[in-house]
Amino acid sequence: MVLGSDSKTERGGLQRRELIAGAGLLATALAGTAKAVDAAPAVRSSASAPDAMLTLSATEQAFLTAVVDQIIPADALSPAASDCGVVTFIDRQLAGAWGGGARLYRSGPFLKGKPEHGYQLPLTPREYFAAGIAAVNDWTVRAHGGPFDALTPDVQAALLHQLEKGEVALDGLSATAFFDALLAITMEGFFADPIYGGNRDKAGWKMVGYPGLPATYANAITEYRGRRYRPEPRSIGDFL
Amino acid sequence: MSVIRLKPVDAVVVGVGWTGAIAARELTKAGLTVVGLERGPHRTPAEDFALPGIRDELRYAVRQELFQDTATETVTLRHSRAETALPMRRWGAFTPGTGTGGAGSHWNGMHWRYLPYDLNPRSHIEGRYGRDAIPPEMTIGDFGVGWDEIEPYYDRFEKLCGVSGKAGNIRGRKIPGGNMLEGPRSSEFPNAPLARTASGDLFARTAEKLGYNPFPLPASNASAVYTNFEGATLGACTYCGHCERFGCETNAKASPNSTLMPALLADKRFTLRAGAYVKDIVYDRRARKATGVRYVDTRTGEEYEQPANLVILGGYVFTNTLLMLVSGIGRPYDPATGKGAVGRNYCYQTGGGTQVFVRDAAFNPFMGAGALGTNIDEYNGDNFDHGGLGFFGGSTMGVTTGGGRPILNRAVPPGTPRWGRAWKQATADWYGRSLTIGASGAQYAHRENYLDLDPTYRDALGRPLLRMTFNYRENDYRLSEYAASVTERIARAMDATIVAAPKPRRGDFHSVPYQSTHNTGGTIMGSDPRSSVVNRYLQSWDADNLFILGASVFPQNTSYNPTGTVGALAYWATDAIVNRYLKAPGALVQA
Repeated sequence: MVLGSDSKTERGGLQRRELIAGAGLLATALAGTAKAVDAAPAVRSSASAPDAMLTLSATEQAFLTAVVDQIIPADALSPAASDCGVVTFIDRQLAGAWGGGARLYRSGPFLKGKPEHGYQLPLTPREYFAAGIAAVNDWTVRAHGGPFDALTPDVQAALLHQLEKGEVALDGLSATAFFDALLAITMEGFFADPIYGGNRDKAGWKMVGYPGLPATYANAITEYRGRRYRPEPRSIGDFL
Repeated sequence: MSVIRLKPVDAVVVGVGWTGAIAARELTKAGLTVVGLERGPHRTPAEDFALPGIRDELRYAVRQELFQDTATETVTLRHSRAETALPMRRWGAFTPGTGTGGAGSHWNGMHWRYLPYDLNPRSHIEGRYGRDAIPPEMTIGDFGVGWDEIEPYYDRFEKLCGVSGKAGNIRGRKIPGGNMLEGPRSSEFPNAPLARTASGDLFARTAEKLGYNPFPLPASNASAVYTNFEGATLGACTYCGHCERFGCETNAKASPNSTLMPALLADKRFTLRAGAYVKDIVYDRRARKATGVRYVDTRTGEEYEQPANLVILGGYVFTNTLLMLVSGIGRPYDPATGKGAVGRNYCYQTGGGTQVFVRDAAFNPFMGAGALGTNIDEYNGDNFDHGGLGFFGGSTMGVTTGGGRPILNRAVPPGTPRWGRAWKQATADWYGRSLTIGASGAQYAHRENYLDLDPTYRDALGRPLLRMTFNYRENDYRLSEYAASVTERIARAMDATIVAAPKPRRGDFHSVPYQSTHNTGGTIMGSDPRSSVVNRYLQSWDADNLFILGASVFPQNTSYNPTGTVGALAYWATDAIVNRYLKAPGALVQA
């Protein structure tokens, strides 16, 4: 049963989406985020309140919500990515050590390499996402009259395809590399253990039939050979 | 900066992974006082690989917690001498380790022996195909160790690790079900093979239909509880599907931490210093001796000198080569002249494979083990006639079930979009219904593939980064095309719903997608001091009290995972130290 606890999730999710859409509109209309943030508490009085962001601005949060919900839209297989906590996941990742550049060699000179050299920018992941989001929004404001999240879903999808194929110049950033980064972190948020804030209700794991923990199959490996093994998935958090 | 000079010891070992731990254990057993210097943290399975936290794909597989920290030290890459090398700012193609256990903590446990051919391919090829058969730019060499010489050490290392497998050749007697193409073994594997999966069954059935002899991949994932000769007890594998990039909470996956460290740490003659980052080797050029090493305490930044009568390098390929270069021991290799030895014959691996999708399958990919595989070796080494093929070397091929961890493992058929509704549907439909027939191939030495010091980029200790000048060459592309076409032929015989196009290695070496942590060379073994760094006992030609262990001594790379040979050679070399060198210190081979 994939959508076991949807009624609650869906309700909360809708409210989140309304809130974020509202915040996005406000931000656009008033050309500032302070009002949008002020507006949030009034809408947030429901049982499943949205998560407070550690590092994402309202603009970034709105952008990422739109993007991850294009990548993983709601359907019979799972709720939309943002309703599975994927934006919260991204916020936590960018606010943490990885986002700050841990385990990243950051000495210069910073030269433009070949694709085979991998990531060569001086930016931490946090800085890179900030720069990428700003560059995409600049482009959509110029070309389509509004930030990415304010556009219609069909337009959003078409623009993401353009980014993916590198048909856009992003003010010096590689469009395909930024799209790949968005895709990778969305998949991480959808499939990582729920302890990181994404994959809420193990929606990603349920979609594919991944059992999670404890992952001890000494007997099952022969007992279920050639037969699907699909127990209710469990997270690290279920063993504390 | 003032350097604090410590009390001399009999031996200092740089790096406490497989080779460092083996050397330290053998030398302390011989009565020597040994200090092990490990740049990373000390990790114990009970503390650091415990449930439930160890089953965290994001933390270990994606964010790379157990790997060497690239913020501190990495390598630079260029494809040819004409280019400027750039740093690998994060690991991708390969994942060196750090901390006690080294990469031996987070490996898969594929525990192969080389084919007898692999030990001395130059002599073999010249004998079978003629003296001019090897092109001049292919600078392959012989290990210079015979099968009968190394076999007892392969056996010993397998018994340390409790390897699960099925012998196919015991003293020349061929045994169906095992790898009948392997070199003669003195004994059966210590443990029975792991349980085969449905995908392994499908591969084995198809391979047999085509006339091949499939066999269980030798696995350092114990199929049953096992106590080794060091008194360490390994648990039975639970098929958790979290080997590569993870530590093992049941100690079923053999690692230095589980097989050797308990005995080593209980020995008063051994001292472990974790967080001790070795900077260079102290070399007395006139006496031609290594007198010790200098290291930095990573907690305080203070620098120490550890004098020792014996210096053993037990680092990864990059560490061993870097230390020789920054310490000025031996002559750096120059591809322009072909002269010099340090950094020469850096090798990697080739690969290829074919992915298939089977509509009605239930492979349960999350039930697996790092080395749970079924292989064939008919196209490996020189097991097939290379006449007219235009390449040398081969591939081992098969299907492994390492674990279906979903951030990184969710194959979809070719043509599926990467996101959106169609991607979701395909992912839900095909997860657990696909397998890859993989080929892991040899990569032979080339005159232009080598390691040296980068002129620009530096590590946290202020040393130059190691620079890798590497690309695939004609031999590699042909080998990979050939192997991929064999995997496609097998795939087509599987009655699969979808067979994807085979994927040989094409284009320039790419540092981002994972390929294999099987880098070799840089301080190779050989019989000529002009073209090798160590002799057949892994003793430096430039300092008879300096020994270098690990895959950095391989003259070229084979198709197999190197750890079995790395461990065997470590036992072989330390046996020579204990039984020959200590009795009569000096060069074990006359140059």
